Amino acid sequence: MSAWTDSAQPALGTMYRMQWEEAQQCHVLLFPEGMIRLNQPAAEILKRCDGKTSVAALVADLESTFGEPDLRSDVVEFLEQARGRHWIR
Amino acid sequence: MDATGSVERGRAAAVKPPLWLLAELTYRCPLHCAFCSNPVDYTRYGNELDTGEWIRVFREARAMGAVQLGFSGGEPLVREDLEELVAAAHQLGFYTNLITSGVGLVPQRAEALKKAGLDHIQLSFQDSTRELNDFLSSTRTFDLKQRVARTIKDLGYPMVLNCVMHRYNLPHVGRIIEMAESMAADFLELANVQYYGWAWRNREMLMPSRSALAGAEAVVEAHRPRLEGRMKILWVVPDYAEGKPKPCMAGWGSVFLVVAPDGVALPCHSARMLPGLEFPNIRKHAIRSIWHDSPAFCAYRGTGWMSSTCASCDDREMDHGGCRCQAFLLTGDAAATDPVCPKSPRHAQVEAMVTAAAGVGDNGGTPIRFVPGARRSGELVFRTDANARAQG
Repeated sequence: MSAWTDSAQPALGTMYRMQWEEAQQCHVLLFPEGMIRLNQPAAEILKRCDGKTSVAALVADLESTFGEPDLRSDVVEFLEQARGRHWIR
Repeated sequence: MDATGSVERGRAAAVKPPLWLLAELTYRCPLHCAFCSNPVDYTRYGNELDTGEWIRVFREARAMGAVQLGFSGGEPLVREDLEELVAAAHQLGFYTNLITSGVGLVPQRAEALKKAGLDHIQLSFQDSTRELNDFLSSTRTFDLKQRVARTIKDLGYPMVLNCVMHRYNLPHVGRIIEMAESMAADFLELANVQYYGWAWRNREMLMPSRSALAGAEAVVEAHRPRLEGRMKILWVVPDYAEGKPKPCMAGWGSVFLVVAPDGVALPCHSARMLPGLEFPNIRKHAIRSIWHDSPAFCAYRGTGWMSSTCASCDDREMDHGGCRCQAFLLTGDAAATDPVCPKSPRHAQVEAMVTAAAGVGDNGGTPIRFVPGARRSGELVFRTDANARAQG
């Protein structure tokens, strides 16, 4: 599997749906008969995996939204893990 | 402060909301599977909830935090209001799962359900061969299920194929995996039969030998690496043979809420046969009070009810003492340690059942002969209205 390039446009896998759950006080990923609780950084990244936003734009958006520089390596590391679990493609 | 009061408050605070709502819309089903998990006297509970009552259940469970909603049965497609129920559940924010035999899932209906917001379909198969599929369900459904699987994938649904595994079809596991693969299933659930309802009635016929289970599991493991990333196989642990109690429902009244067709709320599919518990009906009680306050849902929650065998066990928070229904069926006491556990004083009984299974020939010694709508085949009793009424 190739590494994520700046121009790649990650998208949530078709069987997953992300939503905020009041009772859990966190975002969750829902899939057939299951649920994964997401921490805030994971949710912020996955929210932007819409199949249209490039990795470069996604990183830039996170850096400006949270006022933190140099997020690219952390984001790409998470995207790798998320793809390994088939959450995104 | 009154000590009892603080204990009560402490316990109430620890109870988490249900995450899984299983809506058993009806016990009506066109199939007659010999391992059906519905009650053996299901014809007694025919007073089905109407559309409005179901939507109230969905709204109340969702407000508590339930996220997964399974539409089950019987066959949920026999309900003509299924599309309306799916739409209501979808609008409430549930992830919606249809658990079906496929009978009635014509393309138009599959499309209408998609439009209503249905997220996923679990389709049952009985075997990879027409002969055994049709025999075990006592219906001519094998070809129909093949067509339905194509419809599901053509519409872009995630698809889980579910196959209940037992003495008859364990030798076919390789072909079942290949069938699921050719249908592009996303998951294959190989559900080793759990002995409740009709499966309990037919346990001597269905129970496989240890060697048949080990052989099948080896086949599954051999296929797994090849399927990585395409199709996930779930091998439901055969707890009788493995001698390992399952964390049934992840604990009584912990995450799982079943509402039966007649509105009775249950902590699992089969709990209504347990004596001494009065299960509340949603027609009379709010879901919140059923979950938090009803004696039936509190009965086996946590660890306070456990025998000394379970209460002193390091695994008590992990396996919750196994299954209450299994404990009752095997010992007559629902609070007993699940006898599949080697620590149970009654474990020898389970060992004897599994050992006896090795002495029965293939197919329970009776040739497989498909007779549509048959009530019995040899010792095997099919799920039919007539057989259910004979139980009542």
